[in-house]
Amino acid sequence: MEVWEYGSVEVWECGGMAVWEKSYTSVPPYPHTSILPYFHTPPSLKMEYEAVIGLEVHTQLKTRSKIFCSCSTEFGAKPNHNTCPICQGMPGVLPVLNKQVVEFGIRTALAMNCTIADYSLFARKNYFYPDLPKAYQISQYELPLAQHGWIEIQVDGISKKIGVTRIHMEEDAGKSIHDENITGSKNYSFIDFNRCGVPLLEIVSEPDMRSPEEAREYLLKLKGILEYLEVSDCNMEEGSLRCDANISVRPKGSTKLGTKTEVKNMNSFKNVQKALEYEIARQIQILEEGGRIVQETRLWDVDQGVTRPMRSKEEAHDYRYFPEPDLVPLVIDKEWIEQIRKSLPELADARTARFISQYGIPEYDARVLTASKFVADYYENTVKLYPNPKVVSNWVMGDILRKLKEHEQADIRTCPITPQHLAGMLKLIEEGTISGKIAKVVFEDMYATGKMPEEIVKEKGLIQISDEKEVAAVVDRIIAANPETVAQYKAGKQKAFGFFVGEVMKATQGKANPQLVNKLLKEKLST
Amino acid sequence: MELCDYTIHELHEMMKRREITSRQITESVLSRIDQVENRIRAYITVLREEALEQASIIDQKLQRGEIPLTPLTGIPIAIKDLICTRGVLTTCAAKILHNFIPPYDATVIARLKQQNIVMIGKTNLDQFGMGSSTENSYYGITRNPWDLSRVPGGSSGGSAAAVIAGEAIGALGTDTGGSIRQPSSFCSTTGLKPTYGRVSRYGLIAYASSLDQIGPIAKDVTDCAILLNALSGYDPKDSTSVNLPTPDYTRALVPDITGLKIGIPEEYFIAGMDEEVEEKIWEAVRVLEKLGASYEKVSLPHTEYAVAAYYIIAPAEASSNLARYDGVKYGYRADTYTDLMDMYMTTRSQGFSPEVKRRIMLGTYSLSSGYYDAYYLKAQKVRTLIKRDFEEAFKKYDVLVAPVSPTPAFKIGEKTEDPLQMYLSDIFTIPINLAGVTALSIPCGFTKDGLPIGLQIIGKHFGEETILKVAYAFEQNTEHHKKKPPL
Ligand SMILES: [Zn+2]
Repeated sequence: MEVWEYGSVEVWECGGMAVWEKSYTSVPPYPHTSILPYFHTPPSLKMEYEAVIGLEVHTQLKTRSKIFCSCSTEFGAKPNHNTCPICQGMPGVLPVLNKQVVEFGIRTALAMNCTIADYSLFARKNYFYPDLPKAYQISQYELPLAQHGWIEIQVDGISKKIGVTRIHMEEDAGKSIHDENITGSKNYSFIDFNRCGVPLLEIVSEPDMRSPEEAREYLLKLKGILEYLEVSDCNMEEGSLRCDANISVRPKGSTKLGTKTEVKNMNSFKNVQKALEYEIARQIQILEEGGRIVQETRLWDVDQGVTRPMRSKEEAHDYRYFPEPDLVPLVIDKEWIEQIRKSLPELADARTARFISQYGIPEYDARVLTASKFVADYYENTVKLYPNPKVVSNWVMGDILRKLKEHEQADIRTCPITPQHLAGMLKLIEEGTISGKIAKVVFEDMYATGKMPEEIVKEKGLIQISDEKEVAAVVDRIIAANPETVAQYKAGKQKAFGFFVGEVMKATQGKANPQLVNKLLKEKLST
Repeated sequence: MELCDYTIHELHEMMKRREITSRQITESVLSRIDQVENRIRAYITVLREEALEQASIIDQKLQRGEIPLTPLTGIPIAIKDLICTRGVLTTCAAKILHNFIPPYDATVIARLKQQNIVMIGKTNLDQFGMGSSTENSYYGITRNPWDLSRVPGGSSGGSAAAVIAGEAIGALGTDTGGSIRQPSSFCSTTGLKPTYGRVSRYGLIAYASSLDQIGPIAKDVTDCAILLNALSGYDPKDSTSVNLPTPDYTRALVPDITGLKIGIPEEYFIAGMDEEVEEKIWEAVRVLEKLGASYEKVSLPHTEYAVAAYYIIAPAEASSNLARYDGVKYGYRADTYTDLMDMYMTTRSQGFSPEVKRRIMLGTYSLSSGYYDAYYLKAQKVRTLIKRDFEEAFKKYDVLVAPVSPTPAFKIGEKTEDPLQMYLSDIFTIPINLAGVTALSIPCGFTKDGLPIGLQIIGKHFGEETILKVAYAFEQNTEHHKKKPPL
């Protein structure tokens, strides 16, 4: 057996766990109703039904230490490296609340227009699981940190307020690792407690969303707020943003709620939308066929693109909540809240308004750019270096965001094309050093190599040919080589002009100044 | 008289005069352990070599002037095996923790180590502190040094027995529903349960978090005050510890209680209680009266609900606190099992005693959905009423005086078949934990059969100085605490 570094304890093989853990995948995905193949490309929501969606979002707070001990929260450390007796729940240890977590909670709650409780409680949520070392999770239950807030979203240009029911603080659990490669046996599992005690905020919405698009917008807006507040990295892949959904459908116009299901395990924005679309269609189909929705917890199966029920055993939990006797009630001073309120940064909506007035860009651009704090920062940094806001906006909204999406790299902060790169390239276009077309080549190269645009242009000899004599020589050569096309053009076939432009560009490897090429061709072809 | 028969403060004076060394005291205690331990079985772990080595180091450092000679320096102290000691086996008297060696010290242990005590061993208890007789231990029964056929009380029975038998000079116990005071009463030691929040619980393996407190068990009131000085104070590692200045409790020890107002709670004198116990309590009250105190009967009207509320709240918290012992991370794990769930169940059913399982089941039930309001929540409401009873009483009285237990030490096996009967032996101590106030037990006489009887002196929140003062006045005018068991 390979030896790992375990921090301060040596732990544990746990026979049988892998078998137990994996067995639920053998449950037929669909015991309640048959699925038709067309479900794999979900149909759009039928007119006569509407969905009722509420989201529960867990976000990992980026405090330096854990919520109840002083261990580091750093991601990616060796297994059990960031642990101590407290987060391992060893006998006799006690939790002590991290003030920074409360501050981050209050920041978030204020930004989401919530009322902060001056008196809130922690509770124990009791359940057995190998990665839950105390066999209970310290969370808030009755009397959470904050309640009764809202977030505003835009869908198809229409604004809508989505209610935030509550925001509460809790600790994360560890991670079980079922890896045959470590032991060569299925019967051993390992537990990594690094994530144990990492602070989470749970943000629960009202069931105010009516479509997967709205849910997606809500989630994006929420992520934006958390980014603006700098309280979370919101990285879905690393698990710092997790989302569960409550969904029901009902005939449009009805005010009665249908039976809901809870969908878990949606680990990307794309998956949230797909899972909701799938689940809504599934529920509609059952209703259409005269069936009844079973209230249950379902898992989103990313590989098969379906939701499937959890085993009833997995969801038959009685958490036996009761107030955590090891922590005193959390009493929050009003002054502290006001102090935090004053320190809140400019949030997305305010920034959108400022972008419109300060940079004179369209509202649409402003919204797209400010949805993420880091995109907005990127935009402003670029505009500082190249003060043409609309041109920068076009490039950021277009090429930059497209590129990030292509590479599934949601984070603009690690984009190889920095504001310096982009501004430099835009200057080269403005100066006429490169053409717009060449710029696309430079852009790709910058992304791939991270080199500055000037360097790329120099290395690859991409400088635009603006010398009239040089271009004229090429134009003459092309005209001379194609007498038939010249005749066609002169006979009135306008399309032939494009042929000559193309040929000239081809001959100069795209480097000829397009305006110059146009001008010279027009002159020479009209004589 | 051997060195092991002296008190902490007497030994401290002798050390100050350089008449004795820590090594000599430790050797004396160890030789007493050799003599009597096979009959009493107060210990789960005796730290023979470690204690001798530690004593020698302390002596050397004292000689070189490297450490100060505080009242606890070089004194052999026993620790209830429910308190974590770094590098030393800490079992809770349970099979499920039979091999647990904590990588950290409880705050109280760190504080005692700062005073350079000699840790002599880890004492026996009722498994996880659940019981009133120390019969419920994976390591066997501790016997009462006054009568080996009787229990020493519980759950800190090992600590109380060790102190009175000279197997330790002082000891730490823990008190969730009377576990320091009741064995002190049964063994004729002085034991104090501090106000909830006065002493850090960090490193105390939790039974019921909202009730547990660590406290001293000693040969007299002065020793109790000396130990309490070392234990008390705010601990940033325990959110429930209180950030209040800690007085020097030894300064409270003046034998003057003129004008003191004593309340005698009438609900603590129930039908069926032992006549000799009742008689000795009233005798004690008359002693206090002679010393200048006055007394009146007072009513604590919600007392009758205390035991019921306690047996909801304590097991509820215990069911959660003990859930971590699942065989995954440390402690005992069943040898054979079929899958994870089976490993949990087999490990826990083999690792816990019947009494622990009974309380886990009780607690699980009362917290489960549908029963929470009817049991747990209602019990918490009762608890508030009980706390108010005390607050009302302390508006008028400086202390309350009552018996510790309705009977003297009972026979081994006498109550093990009837848990309800066993639970009732804590009937006079439980309300104090529910209210979070402080109380101590001090020897106040013996039955005709020579069994000790304890007097309970109850004080308000953070009223330790007052109850120590009353106890000291009583002790200075009586001889009960000087009597030793015939071993
Ligand atoms: Zn930790």
